[in-house]
Amino acid sequence: MRHKYEISGIQMRYHMPKEVDQHAAEEIRTFLEQMIQTAQIRKLVFDFAETEFMDSSGIGVVIGRSRTLGYYGGKVSAANVGERVDKIFQASGLYRIIEIEEA
Amino acid sequence: MEKKTNHMHLCFDARTNNESFARMAVTAFMSEMNPTLEQIADVKTAVSEAVTNAIVHGYTDENRQVEVVCDQYDKKLVVMVVDHGIGIENLEQAMQPFYTSKPELERSGMGFSFMEAFMDDVKVESRLGIGTKVTMSKYISAE
Repeated sequence: MRHKYEISGIQMRYHMPKEVDQHAAEEIRTFLEQMIQTAQIRKLVFDFAETEFMDSSGIGVVIGRSRTLGYYGGKVSAANVGERVDKIFQASGLYRIIEIEEA
Repeated sequence: MEKKTNHMHLCFDARTNNESFARMAVTAFMSEMNPTLEQIADVKTAVSEAVTNAIVHGYTDENRQVEVVCDQYDKKLVVMVVDHGIGIENLEQAMQPFYTSKPELERSGMGFSFMEAFMDDVKVESRLGIGTKVTMSKYISAE
């Protein structure tokens, strides 16, 4: 899986793929955990501009990174949340844990 | 009692790369029911949850088989996801929102909640050492 991201200092913007399911989530999680450690990322923005499908595995990946960054006093946010991802966020209560990035 | 108008039965390896395949197969099967985009997305999500559970929880061996059965009863779609794996020890606990038996895998524990949110009806039958069957239904109609 090709990972699309940009890093600027301690912030990383990770572009979530078109479909975020368990299969994708496993690879994303491994990659992000590695990047958080080696590149010392403390602010992580999940960009959902390209995401058309997400299930609860995607929620798991976001919550997991929110926890990891929390240990370091960092922060996770979401950007470009489309209609479908918004519905999933609402169903999971994820809006109580992470913020939406201001465009 | 509605009449069964179509049926399909799929069998595939318990590998996570088949989650996408299962979603696409059910989407294709239900397409002739004239679903709205939202209904397709809802069913895809529920199928993804049930199939993922079978793969992640039901089995440890990727060569075991997950079955997806779809039945069309006029305007009602019924999807069954079946595994012949480990079975669920405490079903009531398993279906509680946020409960997961595998927190180390970052499972959010929301699979059943999502199935219930996005389908009209969800029924789970499970027996330890025998397997688990999730039966979900949804009324499909173009708006």
